[in-house]
Amino acid sequence: MSTNRQARSNNGTLKAFAGYIAGLLFGLGLAISGMTDPARVIGFLDLAGAWDPTLMFVLGGAVVTNFIGYRMVLRRPHPLLEGGFQIPTRRDLDARLIGGAALFGIGWGLSGYCPGPAFASLAGLSLPLAAMLVAMVAGWFLARVVPTRG
Amino acid sequence: MDWSSSLQGLAGGILIGLSATWLMATLGRIAGISGIIGNLITVRPRGDSAWRITFLLGLISGPMLLMLLGGNLGNVAGAPGEVIGQPAGGVVLMLVAGLLVGVGTGLGSGCTSGHGVCGLARLSPRSLAATLTFLATAIVTVFVVGQLSGGGA
Repeated sequence: MSTNRQARSNNGTLKAFAGYIAGLLFGLGLAISGMTDPARVIGFLDLAGAWDPTLMFVLGGAVVTNFIGYRMVLRRPHPLLEGGFQIPTRRDLDARLIGGAALFGIGWGLSGYCPGPAFASLAGLSLPLAAMLVAMVAGWFLARVVPTRG
Repeated sequence: MDWSSSLQGLAGGILIGLSATWLMATLGRIAGISGIIGNLITVRPRGDSAWRITFLLGLISGPMLLMLLGGNLGNVAGAPGEVIGQPAGGVVLMLVAGLLVGVGTGLGSGCTSGHGVCGLARLSPRSLAATLTFLATAIVTVFVVGQLSGGGA
């Protein structure tokens, strides 16, 4: 009994550690690539200005690496520390998805922050960044009260 | 073209891709920031929060580590060696932008990481549509802001 409980708590520690490593790699990647600088992001989106291609290399490098990684990982019966993979299965397009993405893009273009870089920039906290984070969290709560329709 | 910043972009992108693969390999989860942190804060799922908290701590400590190490590993535009850039506007602009990013990623079930990095890698049609949509509205937004503030320059 007690060894069972011990094993479960060891597994919990391992899961938390795995989460930390994922976040650390993600944060390092954002910082090394310059995505923690809103000017780089806006420079990429500014096709009419002095276009900055950096984000294209970031997204390209991430997607290709992960494409290969997923191919190797998803061949396994289950992840190392969990019973199964939790992968979205929907393939249909709906107004909620497209409308949400459209609103997100406007906010992204205005600020140069998407959620990852906004949180990863916490080490350089400023009043505008704090406002961004608080409003983003408020937005997440707000999105939950918008009723889902088929 | 500034090749050193592009190469840093590529190197950072590969790390982000490895992070997403690692999270799938160990916990079987999509590395979507708005999903991981949004659900942590709004739902606080019992028995499913610890890894979200440590992920967030890792996400924040990555850039911190880079700052502590020194070594000019950041890629801030026009400020080599800096790791974290300045916000693009003041508090009011950020409140509006933050609300749009929060509501938008909440309704659209994902952001640049979940739909972009992970969704595109699994060839999801929903993620492709979402990514093209937020790229398009972001590009239009930056263009409109440029016209308004630059007087059409």
